[in-house]
Amino acid sequence: MPQHDSALATALALILERDPTLLGIVGLSLQVSLSAVMIAALVALPLGAALALWRFPGRGVLVVALNALMGLPPVVAGLAVYLLLSRAGPLGELGLLFTPGAMVVAQVMLVVPIIAALTRQQVEELHHEYHEQLRSLGLSRARMIPTLLWDARVGLLTVVLAGFGRASAEVGAVMIVGGNIDGVTRVMTTAIVLETSKGNLPLALGLGIVLLGLVALVNAAAHLLGETARRRLG
Amino acid sequence: MNTMLQAARVGIATLSFEAVSFEHRGQPLLAEVSLRLEGCRRTLVLGPNGAGKSLLMRLAHGLLTPSRGQVRWDGPPTRQAMVFQRPVLLKRSARDNLLHALAVKGTPWRLRRLLADGALAHFGLADLARRPARVLSGGEQQRLALARAWLLAPDMLFLDEPTAALDPAAIRAVEAAVDDFHRAGTRILMSTHDLHQARRLADEVIFLCGGRLLERTPAERFFSAPATPEAAAFLRGELIG
Repeated sequence: MPQHDSALATALALILERDPTLLGIVGLSLQVSLSAVMIAALVALPLGAALALWRFPGRGVLVVALNALMGLPPVVAGLAVYLLLSRAGPLGELGLLFTPGAMVVAQVMLVVPIIAALTRQQVEELHHEYHEQLRSLGLSRARMIPTLLWDARVGLLTVVLAGFGRASAEVGAVMIVGGNIDGVTRVMTTAIVLETSKGNLPLALGLGIVLLGLVALVNAAAHLLGETARRRLG
Repeated sequence: MNTMLQAARVGIATLSFEAVSFEHRGQPLLAEVSLRLEGCRRTLVLGPNGAGKSLLMRLAHGLLTPSRGQVRWDGPPTRQAMVFQRPVLLKRSARDNLLHALAVKGTPWRLRRLLADGALAHFGLADLARRPARVLSGGEQQRLALARAWLLAPDMLFLDEPTAALDPAAIRAVEAAVDDFHRAGTRILMSTHDLHQARRLADEVIFLCGGRLLERTPAERFFSAPATPEAAAFLRGELIG
């Protein structure tokens, strides 16, 4: 165990000294995952709300598919995006493969189903309570979307953060479409895999601690915001 | 004749129920109701629980579609509003609830704040403008719902047992608001459990029982000499239906 103890000490030192390699990796991770979650939220929040409000043939299938896609294995999403972006693929000309852009695309694919499916549930519940009043006020279904999204904002914040948790914690997709290239597409999770296999435990452990801390921070913030809002808004 | 003149003066479209029936899962809840509402009178809907009072309002307001028969409006387009037994307010401040209604109505945004604050003041809610609507008391919430309806400047206002869960002071405020709407030329259709309230407010009474419209009578006559034995029993406080 002494070796592990010294690894932990070195890891903490790396964090406290703001090691440039470590900071670079953390920075890229945040950049990729935050962009992915932002894009996914812009698509998935209205999509989920629309799915809650409209009845059409095939809706049931779509809802089930969306729920199933919440568990989409990251490697499969990565493979799909890889095929899409590889030179011979339909979007090969964009030259996105092995760039942070490709990683964003892959994470968007993972996060959209989560946000859309959970948004649908929450908006449907709220709509059940509101629908008579909103129709009485003369809102069209399309006009109800912003109203309901805003009124569900507390719950939806947690939903978006769940999406962020998934994006920042997955390895498979970013590994395949990013390639874990040093200084270009190396993020926390792929670096942990690589450094562990190389035996460079301090860096791996340091990154692990930062990742854990980040997830804890995000969840604490979500909890705090949710509680405050629930108390204040009733 | 009097009604016709009133309708012509106010110019609110006539609302007609033509043999309207409503069923839910094969269960008839409202049967063959025919009715015409004109002018800007205060019509109170009375009847025991399950008589179909709420249903009648929702069909009139267009929240439900009849299983048979039709609900028709004849005349210029009508602005309508409805106040529910349990007010549904958005999870926003009292003022933002009003601003939302004005935005939906299409009021230019420069005017919204002014109108919203005017309505808050009119209904005694000025000090509560920034409070989240959902933490207001029951009476305050209902007044906010009335303020929201007020801003829509409705030709016809539906109120579904608006005072059922309120204390006497809040009930008085709601009744005063109904009078305000009436003076502003709004036609009113309101259901209530409270016979005293009906006496205070009604110009005429619609009496429902078991999903049927049994009686439609000017208020004075309804309370002194109801035409049907069911209504007489209801007024004596007996259990019917």
